[in-house]
Amino acid sequence: MRERRSNVLSESSAIKPQSEASAPRLLFESGSPGRSGFYWPAESEKGQTTIPGEFLREDIPGFPELGELEVLRHFTRLSHRNFAIESQFYPLGSCTMKYNPKVNEVVARLPGFAQIHPLAPVDILQGAMELLYDLERILIEISGMDCISLQPSAGAQGELTGLMLIRAYLTEKGNSRKKIIVPDTAHGTNPASSALCGYDVVQISSTARGVIDTATVAKVMDEDVAAIMITNPNTLGLFEKDIEAIAAVVHQKGGLVYLDGANLNALMGVAKPGHMGVDVLHMNLHKTFSTPHGGGGPGAGPVAVKAGLSEYLPVPRIVKRNDKFELLEDCPKSIGRVRSFFGNFGILVRAYTYIISLGREGLEESSRMALLNANYIRKKLEKGYQIAYSEPCMHECIFTDRLQHKYGVNTLDIAKRLLDYGFHPPTIYFPLVVSGALMIEPTETETPETLDAFVEAMLAIAQEAKENPDVVKNAPHSTPVKRLDEARAARKPILRWDSGQGGAE
Amino acid sequence: MLRTIGIDSIEELYQHIPETLRNRAKINLPGGLTELAVRRRLAALASSNATAPDWSFFLGGGIYYHFIPSAVDAVISRSEFATSYTPYQPEVSQGTLQALFEYQTLICQLTGMEISNAGVYDGASAAAEAVLMSRRIQPASRRRVLMSRALHPHYRAVIATYLRNLADMQLDEITFDASGATDVGELTRKVDKQSMCVIVGYPNFFGVIEDLAPIQAACAGNGAQLITVTPEPVALGLLKPPGAWGADIAVGEGQSLGVPMTLGGPGFGFFASQKRFVRSLPGRLVGETVDTEGRRGFVLTLATREQHIRREKATSNICTSQTLCTLASTVYMSLLGKSGMRRLAEVNVSRAHDARDRLVSRPHLEACFSGAFFNEFVLRARNLENLLQRCAAARIVPGVPLGQWYPELDDCLLVCVTEMNEREEIERLVGVIGD
Repeated sequence: MRERRSNVLSESSAIKPQSEASAPRLLFESGSPGRSGFYWPAESEKGQTTIPGEFLREDIPGFPELGELEVLRHFTRLSHRNFAIESQFYPLGSCTMKYNPKVNEVVARLPGFAQIHPLAPVDILQGAMELLYDLERILIEISGMDCISLQPSAGAQGELTGLMLIRAYLTEKGNSRKKIIVPDTAHGTNPASSALCGYDVVQISSTARGVIDTATVAKVMDEDVAAIMITNPNTLGLFEKDIEAIAAVVHQKGGLVYLDGANLNALMGVAKPGHMGVDVLHMNLHKTFSTPHGGGGPGAGPVAVKAGLSEYLPVPRIVKRNDKFELLEDCPKSIGRVRSFFGNFGILVRAYTYIISLGREGLEESSRMALLNANYIRKKLEKGYQIAYSEPCMHECIFTDRLQHKYGVNTLDIAKRLLDYGFHPPTIYFPLVVSGALMIEPTETETPETLDAFVEAMLAIAQEAKENPDVVKNAPHSTPVKRLDEARAARKPILRWDSGQGGAE
Repeated sequence: MLRTIGIDSIEELYQHIPETLRNRAKINLPGGLTELAVRRRLAALASSNATAPDWSFFLGGGIYYHFIPSAVDAVISRSEFATSYTPYQPEVSQGTLQALFEYQTLICQLTGMEISNAGVYDGASAAAEAVLMSRRIQPASRRRVLMSRALHPHYRAVIATYLRNLADMQLDEITFDASGATDVGELTRKVDKQSMCVIVGYPNFFGVIEDLAPIQAACAGNGAQLITVTPEPVALGLLKPPGAWGADIAVGEGQSLGVPMTLGGPGFGFFASQKRFVRSLPGRLVGETVDTEGRRGFVLTLATREQHIRREKATSNICTSQTLCTLASTVYMSLLGKSGMRRLAEVNVSRAHDARDRLVSRPHLEACFSGAFFNEFVLRARNLENLLQRCAAARIVPGVPLGQWYPELDDCLLVCVTEMNEREEIERLVGVIGD
């Protein structure tokens, strides 16, 4: 079966020139023996002879043999098959797809940042250390926490680090405890990180109004619970207004409060996590502080703590002594390292640049505008979709596909149809507590005109669902490929190209 | 907009937030800056760092200074790649998805393994994730990890951090011998039916090329898994790949393959294994499929391993793949191709060996280890402190002092030579430290 299909493919690609519309061949399906986009003359063979022959390989079978222009054309063509912020509105809830200013990219590429080595002596890296030290102070100020580590590579690693800090702290108190309380609205990383840190997860339900209730926490809170993980605003875009009371309940039984700071972008100038009874917090710099998402990373996930937990933070810590920055490695209570070197420094440079560009008013304004935009969409979309929670939202709002059910149209169909209108869909089917969720986060960097155009498209789709549901159910119609068979991909995984079979098996 | 929402001011949207929080929320930071002022401020910070082009660096130890063709940055600077999201909507993410599928293939080819994921954070977390993967594969009676002391110290530290909270795990270190390689005698004595996995560097932290044959034999004879960790994948342009030695999991740091050093991050961790373990793999995977019209397309697949579906039962909590960095490496490997990867590796070997031969011919310097090496080697110096000072005065960083991680090597220096170190530079190094 497979072989036949690949033969057809290779025949057709031999006849037809590659156009924008046809799928680009794989890197491995073009080129010619001996071709390379890299020129370097041979040098003395002197060194190589000292490596025993049995350690050497003959060849890298299947590796590309392409010229520079071929490579560039290939990737340029691929790029045309992507949506991205600079070409499309991306109202992905919880992902905070705001504009990524160009200046951040320019400064991150300065040789003084891009061409520096992490194991060079710290006295010739003072500029980098100053930036990191400054960024630490800034993030502490924004979050209202006391101390911070910039080392974690991403939000999920920040979570894991934060839980390790909690565990180290409790262990020293005499009992590391067994459980973590996680609300049903939490990101999937929360329970996954808890398990990785050796904790069992106790899931609690949010109320009909979409928030956590103090009494529910009190019911499960006991001396076996190490911490509660709260996202605030939560993934429904609602502020957990009882958070101080919840924190008090948890603290009273000797537990700690972990805040998933994924939605910090709604809080700047509005409320500081450090004032809510939070002990540990991670921030996603690629969300709130606008570093590019890059198709799935790299990001950065610093972890901030209250003073009582500072001794447990990862090493090295950056300290300032006599106007010089030094690295402190000798911290006996530290949990150790969670990654190599200093974390994703290049991302930290971009976030720092963003923050000092906006300054105090700019950061506060960004949160205010994010709320305004989200509430504007919330109000306007009510005409065609069922809202999950009707009260004012923070930076994102959630709708469902309930009104479209009777026409046989569901959230996935709506999402796919939006692609035809040139919009990236909202986050779908998350949070899990809302059936058929459409989670919309417009961010502050969109104009009212864009928001209106999006709303118009959504309402047009609601109309289509009524009048011509098939056009929605069979969407998308205009994308480079139509709906893909994901079940087939999982049932018989093809995870690489393989020379043996022309296609891949 | 306010009228549409039915409010008079944005502040009304905040009314449900307790006043005690709102009153104290002001951010005490300076005001915003013009783009020009921002660029000047950042340029000033950047200028007080010593850069590889301005100085003479012989620094490796997990992060390498290699030449990056201009086409790499041209591709990853494209906003279609840089400002896109994780490809959860495959119809409008075929660019990223196909590139990741190609990345997975390139990593398989380079490592000689059957499958690769789409990437993890860095070499250190890749090593830790590899151990956790082995824990999912091996029975509960096998929970002992044998870790080479010649593995990168940061990687060892991260593995220790990740394992500390898993009560069933036991972590043992295997020392290195006079060749700078893992002590195979000790390893053979220690590996047993309780051993879960053996984890070694390839090349290891000292630049030494481990002979994986006896290590693999010791593993296979006892049912332990072999995990290799490659901090310098340029070496795989020349060296027999981990897959050919029989590795079960082969991971490493990908920065060398087209990503600038950037103080050690972001790079990416590459993560390869064998087909039969695919359902235990951490991280994202891209697979080939077809659309409703039978056209080839790519999707994220086997997501039932991942946190957003499986939550606390997921294989890992990871939800990124450092995609823009893996894309850079995909472009880089495509440009170099078969012949370029080999040529580059040969140039590295040739220059590093030339440098070592010339350095150890000086009376107060000697080679610390006898093992075969790629582009890094360890030098023992009679007065290391003095040597470092003389080099600093000449704007040379001759290597990484090893005493901070290995007290017994406190007079030793890990020296790295790549294609970026010209012959004249090596001569200058020999001149300054050879006196």
